Order: sequence, then C-alpha cells, then structure tokens
Amino acid sequence: MANVATPVTTTPKYDEDLLIEEYGYDDHFHEHHEGDKYQANFITTYIFSQDHKIIAKQFLITGMFWAIVGALMSLVFRLQLGFPEESLAWLKPVLGKWIVVNDAGVGTLAPEFYYALVTMHGTILVFFVLTAGLSGTFSNLLIPLQIGARDMASPFLNMLSYWFFFLASVVMFFSLFLNTGPFAGGWTAYPPLSALPQASSGSGAGMTLWVVSLVFFVVSVLLGGINYITTVLNLRTKGMSMWRMPLTIWSFFITAIIGLLSFPVLVSAFFLVVFDRELNTSFFLNEIFINNQALDYAGGSPVLYQHLFWFFGHPEVYIIILPAMGMVSEVLSVHSRKPIFGYKAMVFSILAIAFLSFIVWAHHMFMSGVNPFISNFFVVFTLIIAVPSAVKVFNWIATLYGGNIRFNAASLFGIGFVSMFISGGLTGIFLGNSAIDIQLHDTYFVVAHFHIVMGVAAFFGMFAGIYNWFPKMYGRFMNDTLGKIHFWGTLVGAYAVFWPMHYLGMAGVPRRYYSFDNFETFSHFAGLNQFITIAAIVTFGFQILFVINFFYSIWYGKKMTTRNPWGASTLEWTTPIKTGHGNWPGKVPTVQRWAYDYGKDGKEYIPQIVPAQEGETNVH
Amino acid sequence: MGMASITMMFAAFTSAYIVRQAAGNWLEFELPALFFVSTGVILLSSASLHGSYTAFKKGREKLYKGLMVLTFLLGLAFVVLQYQGWQALAASGVELTTNPSGSFVYVISGIHAAHVLGGIAALVVALIHAFALPFRFSAARKLRFELTATYWHFVDLLWLYLLFFFLFQ
Ligand code: HEM
Ligand SMILES: [Cu+2]
Repeated sequence: MANVATPVTTTPKYDEDLLIEEYGYDDHFHEHHEGDKYQANFITTYIFSQDHKIIAKQFLITGMFWAIVGALMSLVFRLQLGFPEESLAWLKPVLGKWIVVNDAGVGTLAPEFYYALVTMHGTILVFFVLTAGLSGTFSNLLIPLQIGARDMASPFLNMLSYWFFFLASVVMFFSLFLNTGPFAGGWTAYPPLSALPQASSGSGAGMTLWVVSLVFFVVSVLLGGINYITTVLNLRTKGMSMWRMPLTIWSFFITAIIGLLSFPVLVSAFFLVVFDRELNTSFFLNEIFINNQALDYAGGSPVLYQHLFWFFGHPEVYIIILPAMGMVSEVLSVHSRKPIFGYKAMVFSILAIAFLSFIVWAHHMFMSGVNPFISNFFVVFTLIIAVPSAVKVFNWIATLYGGNIRFNAASLFGIGFVSMFISGGLTGIFLGNSAIDIQLHDTYFVVAHFHIVMGVAAFFGMFAGIYNWFPKMYGRFMNDTLGKIHFWGTLVGAYAVFWPMHYLGMAGVPRRYYSFDNFETFSHFAGLNQFITIAAIVTFGFQILFVINFFYSIWYGKKMTTRNPWGASTLEWTTPIKTGHGNWPGKVPTVQRWAYDYGKDGKEYIPQIVPAQEGETNVH
Repeated sequence: MGMASITMMFAAFTSAYIVRQAAGNWLEFELPALFFVSTGVILLSSASLHGSYTAFKKGREKLYKGLMVLTFLLGLAFVVLQYQGWQALAASGVELTTNPSGSFVYVISGIHAAHVLGGIAALVVALIHAFALPFRFSAARKLRFELTATYWHFVDLLWLYLLFFFLFQ
C-alpha cells in the first residue's frame, strides 16, 4: 500500500497521546459524561444516536441504499432506450403493470413509467445520494474530528437531521408503489406537470408525496447546515484558526452556508406549487385547456417557477461538488506527500464559486424565453465561474506534480475526480454561451455535461473519501486491489457511458424522450445507444464490487494497527483506533500549525498537534 | 443559531421578491387599511418587548413581567388583525385565486404570520420562564431573552419591509 519515502526525508514517529497530554487542554469532558446518557443502550447508541460518527454512518448507509436503487432505475430505462425491440417481460415480477406485454409476448416499459423512472433517478441521486449521502456523511464525520471538537454543537438537532432525511426517504420510497406511479415530471418539477394534479398520472398523488418528501428533506438539510456552521464557528479547538483549517472543513462550511441560503428558496417555490395544486391559485399556471375544457387559471407564469427553482438549483450543484472538492484536496495532498498547492487560493476560489453560484441561475433558462439581453449578463457571470474552477484544477495538478504519489484507491479516485471535473467543466463553457445553447439545450449534451461534472465527479470524490476515511469509521481497511479494479472499471465505464452522449447532443438528440421512432435522422444512433446501455450495465457491475468490498471490510477487512496509517497531519488521526464518544479519551488536542506540513524540513509529515520546533521557519 | 435561521428566512423572502417582480398580468388594488393598524400594533409590541428586556436587566421584576404580557397580547392582536385584513381584502373582491398579485399578498403575509406565530410560541416559553421561575438575573437567561427578542424584532422588521414592498412595488 504505502510506497517508500524519498531518501531525503525521514518518517518521524509521533506519540500522539503524549503530545496531547502535554499540549492539549483539559475541558473536563469525561468527568461530566461518565456513564454517558447518550450511549446507554443499543437504541441510543446505534439508532437514535447523537454521536456524530454514528450519524455519519447512518447517512452513508442510507445514501448507499438510495444509490443502488437509483442506479437500478437508470439501468431499466436505459434498457428500454437502448434495446426497444427486446422484451422486458422478465421484469414483470418486479415492475408489474408498468411492463406492458403485447400479444406476441414482448414486454415494453410503459412510457409513463419511463418518465417516472427518469424523474426518480434524478431526484434520488441529486438529493438523497449526492447531497445527504455525501455532505451529510462527511460533514458529520470530519467536522468535529478535524477541528478538535467533542461533537457537533447540537447533537440532538444533528440526530433530528438524519431522521428527517430518513422520513423523506420513507415517503419517497412509498411513492414508488402508488397505483398511479411516482412523480414523472423531471427532477426539476416544472409546472404545469407539477402544479396540475390532473396533468399526468404521476402529477397527482405521486407529486404530493414527492413534495412532502422534499420538504422533510429540506428540514434535514437546514438542521444539518445550522449545526455544521455553528460547530465550525464556535467549537474549533485552541490554535485552530480559520486559516489553519483543512480544506475539507472549509468546503463543508461554505457548502452549509450555500444550503442555508438556497434551500429556503426551493421551499418557497414548493409552497406556491402547493397553493396552485390545492387552492387553485395561479402563480405558475396560465389559461390551460385539458380535453377541450378550459381550466380556471389565469395570469400565472411557469417561467417564474424556473427562476425560483434554478436560483436554488445552481447553488445546489455546488452543494454537491464542493464537499467532494474539499475531500479531494485533502486526499491528494496526503497521498502525494506534499502540501496542498495554493491553500489560500483554494479557499478564495471556494468563496468565489459560492458567491458566483447565486448569480448564474438563468443559464438554465436561456431557451425559456428570458430576455436575450439579460441572458448576456448570465453568460458573463457563468463564464467567470470557470476562473476559480480553473484555479482549483491547476492547484490540484500542481499538488500532484513532483509528488511522491501513493497510487491507492483513494488517491486514484482523487485523480479521477480532477479528470472528470476538467472534462465536464469544459462542456459547461460550451453551454454557458447562450448562442451555442440554442442547439445544445435539452439534448444529451447537457446530460453528458452534468453527469460528468457533477454526477461522476461527485461520486469520485465520495469514493476517494470512503477509501481514505474507511479506517477512521470502521477501524479496518478496504481491500485496495479491489478498490483499484473498482477505480479503473468506473473511470473507463463512466467515460464510455457519457462521452458518446456529447455526439448525440451535438446532433440534436433531445433528452427525456421515450423513443426516437418518429425521428428518421436519429435512427443511425441506435447502435450508439446500445453501446451506452451496455457500458452502463458493466459500470454498475463495478459498483457491486465496491459494495461487496465495503460490507466485507466492515467485518473482515485488514485491521488498523496504527492510528495514523496514511501519515496525515490532521486531527482525526490522533484519536485512538477505536474512537469513543467525545473523540479523545483525555484532553482535547490543541493545534500548533496548519494542516499541510508535508515534506517539511526533511520530515515526511508533521501533525498539527506538534508545536513549532526550535529554528523552524514558515510556521503557518 | 438565531443568526442562521434569520439568514434562512431572509433568503426565503428575497425569493418571494424575485417571484413577484418577474410576474406579468398584474392586478392593481389597495391594501386593506387594517394592515396599517396591524403594523402599528407589531411596532408597539417590539417597543414593549424591548422595554421588558431593559426592565429585566435593571431587575425591575413587575415591569418586566407586565411588558412581556403586553407584548404577547399585542402579538396575538397582530395575527388577528392580519386575519381580518384578509377578510377585508376578500370582501373588496380580491380573493386568493382572483389574480397572482392578490395571491402573493395572501401567501407572503400568511407565511409571515406563521413566523409571527413561531415568535409567539417563543414568547410563551419566555412567559413561563418569567412566571414559573423565581426572578433571577443570569447570563443564560439573558441570552435566551436576547434570542427571543432578536427574533421578535426580526419578524417585525420583516413585516415593515413587506408592507413597503407591497406599497411601492
Ligand atoms: C465551468 C463551469 C460550468 C458552466 C459554465 C456550466 C454551464 C451550464 C449550463 C449553461 C447549463 C444549462 C444547459 C442547458 O440546459 O441547456 C448547465 C447544466 C447543468 N450543469 Fe453546468 N456548468 C458548469 C459547471 C457545473 C458544475 C460544477 C456542476 C455540478 C457540480 C454542474 C451541473 C449542472 C447540471 C446538474 C446541469 C443540468 C440540470 C438539468 O437541466 O437537469 N455544472 N451547466
Ligand atoms: Cu447551473
């Protein structure tokens, strides 16, 4: 696993307990918490737990469950898209009436359910997996551990945050089994499909449950976010100034702020949708006819909803990617044994991205009839986002450059993240030009763009984080060989799935179409569509490998023998291998330096708890 | 925490602002006069809560309790007045579903009233503290009082903002 260090540096041994005993400070935590009321029995320890490490695992496992469900959904609709002639009758036992079997015995996916699956796939992956599963897991695990806190500011609200997520999950899961099917109007839930219960079969009960579930979800995000912010601001240990925080913490912190500012806007939009649905207001609905019957709506505008949605939606994509960026920064630095390149530039670019993410939303609406003159402003701001993004990419590559890189699963996924982010970021620049977007909007080009830059990249960040912090969570290692196979399979597979979609999109193939039978021009893409479907199935197979590796390693993985296996400088690795409630058994460590002293003064790494040495220069 | 929730609501009503600005097909109408009465009431309630807070710090128990009760009553009065304002609005022909401009007034003032109810709940807790516990000045109680008061002033200011917004938009 670990490569040998370069000859010029030595790998010093540190006795963390001694260092903490000597320089830490005593907050008398354990005197108050003896016979801890939080962990009195099985239920309070593992189910209604208030310990941030357990809550992190709850988020992770729930997220993994949803990832599998969401991925399986995509395989089903990909099968229909890639192989419309093949029979899907074998899925009848699972999907029941949604598989329509004709007289010849050939089963096809019902079109309504195709849309329902696409919608659920998007909703689940964006919210439940990449928001809750990613930021929920690692903010919970790492914030207290890396800033030297005993737990979150409010462990109770933290617990509620998870259980609201759980509630949201239950409601959404239930909606899958409705007789009329789950909501089918796309993860963005544009009106009229979302605002008119009679608009489509999923628009009735399906949409009601969808909106209820997401409101619970927002409550979860807000409770979590308030906690993350207060914890970072108030509970940092002595010496941990903001400028000494690892980039993970910076990114979780800013992510939480973005969430707190953007999710309420989503709720406002939902609120108005619910009024339109239940009380016949006309916020988003104008004169509408259904079956030649004029409905009683006038004066509303569906574009309003789009403004509200994307005012939330664009920040949301950064809510997803920023935590991944933070973890990748950390993982790349640790495993290339070099300080992160341009630490302050990294922080400022996170801040710049966060700010800009609030003023670019209309780039999702260039084709929705917004004034082209106003579009120009959004084009400019959108393209400016490329600048801080490029700064980050440059810094990651510079961090790797000349490093003594350990190529393990964690760092490989970190490097893969950078690759994905570059590929997807470049296509973003195409889409950000409103003129080019005329051709590309709502085509597979957009699907390719956001899956690569957000979907796959965020998953890579999450995998890097899981492989890297698995020992912290479970005291054991995941199998690294399987991890590397997982990495290469996923890297090649993901590009095989999404790269060809760029060509489809440039040719104008629209997204969210059940069938292209009516379009002679697209008929020659049938082979490409089959290829994509096969690639998706194979890539899914590699994820099964990961799931097996994950659960196997929890119980049978190689045991951790030292507490700091990666030789990382951050605080989470100064806790005992079995990290109990309160994280540190005695005193709380204090922080004497920044988080990135790698390869300094001939030492391979210097933990944050080690005080400045005599004659040491450049102590950050 | 107080700060964070304020930020959150701030974001929520900013969004409402954006909604409203972008909407077309707009019906102009007069706000019910009762909305101005309720504005006066909620301003008074802020003043009385501040008075109660000052009395609390100075240790004047009677005044502290009395003004807190007054604040509570004024808060309830505000909600009732808003409700009557809606009825007046509906009577003047602007119902919830007549036109988006009216719908917005109902929804925004309704969400605001819900936040005021949240404030009233906080006041109830404060009242229980005031009357059930022996009078004592402590840092923890001061902090709790401050949080309640901050929230209350916040929903007050929020309403002022919304009123001006409705008037001049
Ligand atoms: C260089 C930076 C980026 C630029 C210039 C950019 C630009 C765009 C534009 C203009 C669209 C709208 C395309 C259309 O619908 O016609 C779009 C869609 C999208 N982008 Fe990006 N993007 C960038 C980075 C990102 C990042 C970092 C993420 C996520 C982490 C992301 C996630 C998305 C998503 C999810 C959509 C599609 C949403 C949907 O319609 O369902 N983008 N991007
Ligand atoms: Cu965007």
